[in-house]
Amino acid sequence: MSKLKFFVNGLLKENPTFVLLLGMCPTLGTTTSALNGMSMGLATAFVLVCSNVVISLLKNIIPDKVHIPAYIVIIATFVTIVQMCMEAYVPALYESLGLFIPLIVVNCIVLGRAEAFAAKHSVWESFLDGLGIGLGFTGALLLLGMVRELLGTGKIFSFAVFPESYGVLIFVLAPGAFLALGYLIAIVNKLNRAK
Amino acid sequence: MTYILIFISAVFVNNIVLSQFLGICPFLGVSKKLDTAIGMSGAVAFVMTLATIITYLIQKLVLDAFNLQFLQTIVFILVIAALVQLVEIMLKKLSPSLYQALGVFLPLITTNCTILGVAIMVIQKDFNLLEGTVFAVSTAIGFGLALILFAGIREQLNMVKLPKGMQGTPIALIVAGLLAMAFMGFSGIV
Repeated sequence: MSKLKFFVNGLLKENPTFVLLLGMCPTLGTTTSALNGMSMGLATAFVLVCSNVVISLLKNIIPDKVHIPAYIVIIATFVTIVQMCMEAYVPALYESLGLFIPLIVVNCIVLGRAEAFAAKHSVWESFLDGLGIGLGFTGALLLLGMVRELLGTGKIFSFAVFPESYGVLIFVLAPGAFLALGYLIAIVNKLNRAK
Repeated sequence: MTYILIFISAVFVNNIVLSQFLGICPFLGVSKKLDTAIGMSGAVAFVMTLATIITYLIQKLVLDAFNLQFLQTIVFILVIAALVQLVEIMLKKLSPSLYQALGVFLPLITTNCTILGVAIMVIQKDFNLLEGTVFAVSTAIGFGLALILFAGIREQLNMVKLPKGMQGTPIALIVAGLLAMAFMGFSGIV
């Protein structure tokens, strides 16, 4: 049971977006709507879980001197798998996420967890850690996507909450991403301090 | 004319940081001081131009020729990682003063998504080699411009009294948002 703490840890205490402030590029770039944010989060979570498991399986075989390139190859393999699956089954989504799918390779969260966690822990623990961090990231992207979609167009998951003409278009555009994330992190900081 | 359009578009209209959201990590990470921001921009410009030319040649001569396009992500990231190492070693030998200035930033660049992003964008947009090079150089200038502007603002920001929760990253993001709004003024030029 105690192993569950690795899972919960990533969800809240070490939330990659709000606490560790890693992986900012996809966080800002893909959250124009709740659906896009969630899909990007799930794609990253898949890569994170798979690469964490494989790296912790291979941790005794990979020579220390070349461990970073070896990790990058493993991560890039899973990213390519995600890329090809998305292109085949959900082409519209693949189109709207665009460049950010191949760029999961250079997402600091993935390499960071490989280096800091999977290389030192057992397979099962690495799996839980990958899942926790991945879902924490997905949650953060989903939240930001919902906030931006609601403020920008008055909808959540394309479900109308208030008329679109009241929406503040800037939140769907580039500056809104920075503003919304800035205020969300400020709120998280405030809540952490209050504890 | 095409080259001028590519230049203006990459520097101002589609600025890599403020409208495409690539390279946010160094943008937030090394923008606390003006000196480091300038050093980082130089290192990025150098590696980005080299990496774009090399990945372009690899794409055309190896991947396209042998129908291996699906290996693009893996090959590109490995080439970039190797290139960064090579540049680091060569700079150390050839120009110690430049190495002093850029050295600390080079290892960080491997995981800078602008480099891989630009390499892939050049292939996606179907540029030829010269257009691709111009695009890489202008994108690097755009990155440098945004980074240096932002660092200048952040140095001033240190002297401002802020509510506790807003200190650090939140206020930096909000300033970046305002900067992005300013850059939106350029849209429609091209």
